[in-house]
Amino acid sequence: MSEVLVVVDHADGEVKKPTYELLTIARRLGEPAAVFFGSPEQGDAVAEKVKKYGAAKVYVVDDAQIKGYLVAPKAEALQQLAEKTSPAAILLPSTFENKEVAGRLAIKLGSGLITDAVDVAEDGTTTQSVFAGNYTVQAKVTTGTPIITVKPNSAAPEEADGAATVEAFAATVSDVARTAQVVATQPRQSTGRPELTEAAIVVSGGRGTGGNFEPVEGFADSLGAAVGASRAAVDSGWMPHAFQVGQTGKTVSPQLYVANGISGAIQHRAGMQTSKTIVAINKDPEAPIFELVDFGVVGDLHTVLPAATEKITERKG
Amino acid sequence: MNIVVCVKYVPDATADRKFEDDNTVDRVGVDGLLSELDEYAVEQALQFREKREGEEITVTALTVGPEKAVDAVRKSLQMGADAGVHVVDDAIAGSDYLGTSLVLAKAIEKIKADPESVGAGAGGVDLVICGMASTDASGSVVPAMLAERLGMPQVTLASVVESQGDQVRIKRDNEGSTEVIGATLPIVLSVTDQSGEARYPSFKGIMAAKKKPLDTWSLTDLGLDADQVGLSVAYTQVEDTTARPPRTAGEIVTDEDGSGATALVDFLASKKFI
Repeated sequence: MSEVLVVVDHADGEVKKPTYELLTIARRLGEPAAVFFGSPEQGDAVAEKVKKYGAAKVYVVDDAQIKGYLVAPKAEALQQLAEKTSPAAILLPSTFENKEVAGRLAIKLGSGLITDAVDVAEDGTTTQSVFAGNYTVQAKVTTGTPIITVKPNSAAPEEADGAATVEAFAATVSDVARTAQVVATQPRQSTGRPELTEAAIVVSGGRGTGGNFEPVEGFADSLGAAVGASRAAVDSGWMPHAFQVGQTGKTVSPQLYVANGISGAIQHRAGMQTSKTIVAINKDPEAPIFELVDFGVVGDLHTVLPAATEKITERKG
Repeated sequence: MNIVVCVKYVPDATADRKFEDDNTVDRVGVDGLLSELDEYAVEQALQFREKREGEEITVTALTVGPEKAVDAVRKSLQMGADAGVHVVDDAIAGSDYLGTSLVLAKAIEKIKADPESVGAGAGGVDLVICGMASTDASGSVVPAMLAERLGMPQVTLASVVESQGDQVRIKRDNEGSTEVIGATLPIVLSVTDQSGEARYPSFKGIMAAKKKPLDTWSLTDLGLDADQVGLSVAYTQVEDTTARPPRTAGEIVTDEDGSGATALVDFLASKKFI
């Protein structure tokens, strides 16, 4: 069976959930082989994690020569690995950076590229959700090695035993790939809440918060949810851009999405329309967000949310 | 110095966007416009020129698309770009990322080789600027692909752009961090909607745009053959497109004296979220 390369999503060696989702999908296409860009010292720890999700191999690519430059070196390393292993497909978690890596890789390998898949079938047919979630597209790579970036929450991770044999892969990075230099990196402070794109529940606030996110955050914490924001809230400087849900921010597809004081402009809908259950609270009964909801409350979030938070906390008592 | 801004003509996101029978995006039957996210690219190009008083800098807006796509170039000229190029050829229709990036790269190389031919100034192309994504496909991959094809440094997804001499620095929000990226011109740059509000065309700008050079190129002009691009040779194939069934109307309650919170919590409990 051919290998399917799966690029590991991790933060400093800490493997993140989309990796397990991709490994689960990869098993439909062939034998999953995880590709870990990071410190070789962390290779064994990563292998311990991915072996539970069926990774037969773990290629450890030392990122010492890679992480100081933007995107291009990773694409080169993957090209070399693909040429060595002739994989059946290459899967990457759909982040902005990985999409760029995939784009360059597609040119290097002369291979078709599909971005932001929400599902991949056994025959390689992908499903994408497009036009702000109004259309579903089925597509397939017809030339070269299929390169597919897959959105978080696209599959439920299923455990399976894998050998997870660790193999160091020495990539050669050319000079031309080392021209856009990472001059400084500032890690974002952890909020202690779940990651926005991975969370099962997302609670967002918009213009209607008036800049006060306390009710939104309190409600999110009572549900163990991630906190998001609309573009209006980000543009007003109330929340950092990293929290933005929408076309130019994060796309989320949680089990439950709660939109508070968000009108539901197309820019926002593009980022949350595929959520399984949608709830909205808005003072304006005419707000377009109510067209999407499974449940809506016409009311002031500043009174509804604290009251609901209290009731939930009581129930959990 | 020459700056090329890549702009895309897209179906209006507030209109009823749809697909053709061959599963390509309907780019003719739906009202189109310059992609909002490319306006930020035009804006950054103009700011780059304005900050360098005394330097001879020409901004050329480049688009690839059907007849009507020229509107994207026109809008860029109205905003303040100096020259425009529209690559139009029936054979390009249905191109995927690889085809589109190939046509754009060839057009940029042609401008680089002979800038005067499009009314641009002498001296190569030092800066290619793109928006962060198109508002139709939302792929966000073409800028990186252009950097790959042109062999230029990729400086993408900038929320802040600063430059001095031939040095450019940007701020980029990554998944878990914010990074500062530095590179030396010439580069491929893409900018986000955080990079700064795009200007509206002034009346003067709209009038002036009518007199600006606007070239139309075919595949032959770029030295490309019809069998190198388009739907038939795309590396990917769309097999089916389906309109998502409209969400069935949910229950809407009006909050009165705390009834909203109670109903909300009951709903969440009924769905096992609590």
